[in-house]
Amino acid sequence: MAKITFDGIEVEVPDGTTILNAARQIGGSVVPPAMCYYTPLKGSGGKCRACLVKVAAGSAKDPRPMPKLVASCITPVQDGMVVENTTNQQVLDVRKGIVEMLLINHPLDCPVCDQAGECDLQNFAFEHGVSTTRYEEERRTFEKIDIGPYIQLHMTRCILCYRCVYTANQVTDNRVHGVLGRGDAAEIGTYIENSLDNDFIGNVIDVCPVGALTDKTWRFKSRVWFTKPVNAHRDCSHEKCSGKVTLWYKGKDVLRVTARKDEYGEVKEWICNECRFERKETADWILEGPAHIDRSSVISANHYELPVLNAQIIADLPESTVRELEQNPPLKLGGFNG
Amino acid sequence: MGRKLLTEHVNVEGIETFKVYRQHGGYRAVEKALKMMPEEVVEEVKKSGLRGRGGAGFPTGMKWSFLAKPEGVPRYLVCNADESEPGTFKDRYLMSKLPHLLIEGMIAGSYALGARTSYIYIRGELLYVLRILEKAIAEAYANGFLGENIQGSGYSLDLHVHPGGGAYICGEETALLESLEGKRGNPRNKPPFPAVQGLYARPTVVNNVESIAAVVPILNLGGDEYAKIGVGKSTGTKLFSACGHLNKPGIYELELGVPVEEFIYSDEYCGGIWKGRELKAVVAGGSSVPILPKELILKTAAGENRLMTYESLSDGGFVTGTMLGSGGFIAMDETTCIVKNTWNFSRFYHHESCGQCSPCREGTGWLEKVLHRLEHGHGSMHDIDLIVSVAKQIEGNTICPLGEAAAWPVAAAVRHFRDEFEWHVTHPKEATAPGAAYRGNLVLA
Amino acid sequence: MEPTTAAKPQFSPAAQAEIKRLLTHYPDDRRKSALLPVLHIAQAEFGGWVSPEVQDLVAEVLDLKPIEVYEVSTFYTMFNLKPVGKHVIEICRTGPCMLRGSDELTAQLERLTGAKVGGNSPDGNFTLKEVECLAACGFAPVVQVREQYYESLDTPEAVDAMLRELRGMVHRPILPWEENGLPTSLQNN
Repeated sequence: MAKITFDGIEVEVPDGTTILNAARQIGGSVVPPAMCYYTPLKGSGGKCRACLVKVAAGSAKDPRPMPKLVASCITPVQDGMVVENTTNQQVLDVRKGIVEMLLINHPLDCPVCDQAGECDLQNFAFEHGVSTTRYEEERRTFEKIDIGPYIQLHMTRCILCYRCVYTANQVTDNRVHGVLGRGDAAEIGTYIENSLDNDFIGNVIDVCPVGALTDKTWRFKSRVWFTKPVNAHRDCSHEKCSGKVTLWYKGKDVLRVTARKDEYGEVKEWICNECRFERKETADWILEGPAHIDRSSVISANHYELPVLNAQIIADLPESTVRELEQNPPLKLGGFNG
Repeated sequence: MGRKLLTEHVNVEGIETFKVYRQHGGYRAVEKALKMMPEEVVEEVKKSGLRGRGGAGFPTGMKWSFLAKPEGVPRYLVCNADESEPGTFKDRYLMSKLPHLLIEGMIAGSYALGARTSYIYIRGELLYVLRILEKAIAEAYANGFLGENIQGSGYSLDLHVHPGGGAYICGEETALLESLEGKRGNPRNKPPFPAVQGLYARPTVVNNVESIAAVVPILNLGGDEYAKIGVGKSTGTKLFSACGHLNKPGIYELELGVPVEEFIYSDEYCGGIWKGRELKAVVAGGSSVPILPKELILKTAAGENRLMTYESLSDGGFVTGTMLGSGGFIAMDETTCIVKNTWNFSRFYHHESCGQCSPCREGTGWLEKVLHRLEHGHGSMHDIDLIVSVAKQIEGNTICPLGEAAAWPVAAAVRHFRDEFEWHVTHPKEATAPGAAYRGNLVLA
Repeated sequence: MEPTTAAKPQFSPAAQAEIKRLLTHYPDDRRKSALLPVLHIAQAEFGGWVSPEVQDLVAEVLDLKPIEVYEVSTFYTMFNLKPVGKHVIEICRTGPCMLRGSDELTAQLERLTGAKVGGNSPDGNFTLKEVECLAACGFAPVVQVREQYYESLDTPEAVDAMLRELRGMVHRPILPWEENGLPTSLQNN
């Protein structure tokens, strides 16, 4: 076991644990963001640099600080290590810079992007970025392409986290896509026109941190915050499929099926394409109950509490509208003190 | 005229053949090494004070002593012949003229490290040098210096040459190992370091061509004798690639410690600036090290003569100094446009970024685009601060040192030539005229 | 005789022997290591570029998934992914060459060959390609054509001489592994 101090909080973790996973043991707002690291995918991490932290003391044996910021997702802890994340101004400044770098070529098309509301980059930018840009050059763009019957690739939005490549390598039998080209011209692709055709390929949609790989069966059907996530399972005949999913309801309709994600957006149990794309009837599933959604997520906004209408506005509304709102409230009427 | 330890026989007819090389004392270092214990060979290299000749200047002997040696696990020596740092062309010269010198160094080094298979990773553009090396390797096999039981010592070694495919990043040692494994040249996250998990996840040492070649004179002279050459911690001789606006560009082997001024102006070396012009600036150690204006490259900020040593060139840190780097010495005359040159280097790093980590992938392209604007008269004063800021956002935050290599030249150019950048903003017409060059007040008057 | 429909590319016997020799350089379970050298052989054998079909052949020879070859061929700049002219002239554009006239050299080569950088000449003889530092900075400006370096191209005469030499090459140069026939070690295999 190794004992480390992270943002002033002591935590004890097994040897070999990464700094990031040690921070996740503490949980809450001290946890560094991660845009490319993905626990179940071997080899992932180290690329986006979102999780850089300051190691103020390397270990009890060698308490010297590390000269550069380190990627917390791939750096193992040492006993006696002292790490600074939210308590270190340099870390916060560098993180702001990383947001800027990730956004300069990212289209700010959130209003028409299916990922909006559950996008890691959106959340990352909201929490750590600034609201203006210094980038005046032309942005990199690519054509949208369909890679197979279920998945669309919108490369323009990709941040090259490599997660989908690791997924195809480690979860499916035959990888046909990868990273082509290099530098800022690198892209996810198949080179010659090829479809991603494999029983488990749908999982690349769930691991994608942005809206680069999206589910064609769900495209433009709704916004994620208008749907209600419900956990469910079925006895899937695929040997490797967990059959454990989240169904995303709008009214009585299942609009999409995803694997279950934990609080860090990670899927621990993969599902097959049949469960994901072909089973969209409630009757296909044994329902377990509402999926936990973090209160800070935009997805929870419409579900658990109605938005409140400002009291001053109510005074100016016609009598009939007020009555309508009282009987059938899409909005809650605010009190004069509320 | 200083001693030449590497290139002494470079002009001897037929020196690229085993026979002639042997007649001139070749393979004596191997014979000597094979009579020593491997650790003793490492000790000689440590004593020599040899510092890595590829650019980073890390002590070679120390790097060797870090190699993990788990029982029953093969380990490798890999020669980094991916020479591609702009301004540097010494390794190509050394390998094509003296292939047996590198091979001899590889054998001695492999023996010291206990490697049974070693590789020379050469950049793909140098396929013709690969042919020269392969021919020389075949001769070494035929003469019992490679293969089974070398010279009856019981030590066996196979040596192979492996071509790259066109990627500067493969000069970074872990990208090189990825490339040698047949993959994209994406640098690895460290730790683990190659000394523990390198080629095929086995302990590996990666050394520059010149570092490995230097092992030969070190063993012939003895580490202590070698360390007497040079100044302070800059021991031995070093190859410098002189290029740019010099009368006599080319490769020069110097005992470390020659004054920069003598190197540039003496007829023994570069013979001064071409066309009778004035020197404006120098990039002293390959394109990634900070550029210095004439007055700071000839003398340190304290007014002392700058010498061709690791310490003297870096005197003053990045405020008024630079680095010896790979020894790629690029001289620029008074007509040179620093903004254009900085843009050119930026384009290089943008082109060569592997694209794996976000600050480098996005930042190098951003730098190039803003510098392109500045060079073409469409920039603003704000852009000058912007490139300094973007460079700072890349530096130190990337997986590998390409981030720093891309950031330093930009930061240094603005540091020392800010008025020239500003002139491009305030006088776009003059700055973009063909052959335009900023000469301080001369142009403004 | 095989039916001649979809003409699948095949390596010549000399190239096959060379690949076999290369594979002995790496551990048996690391055939992928030979990818870059085999791509070089493929490019030399099949007209100076590697088509998707040629890359698939490379994948087959080395037991790789085709995507593993595509990922690599698109990363390294030496592999041409489109058909090229008889001679690919690679012009170094980096700092030290620029300082000694690579811009002028490029303009001159465009004029003399009729090709634009990144494209082929109408007569199919030349492809012009700009590349980064070729490690010949002391002999700038410099270009590379196949395995040959042409250095100090700072006069019109030097450029003319190079183009004359290239235009005079009627036949494909003999590839190094074809020079002496099969290596003796492989002749009986």
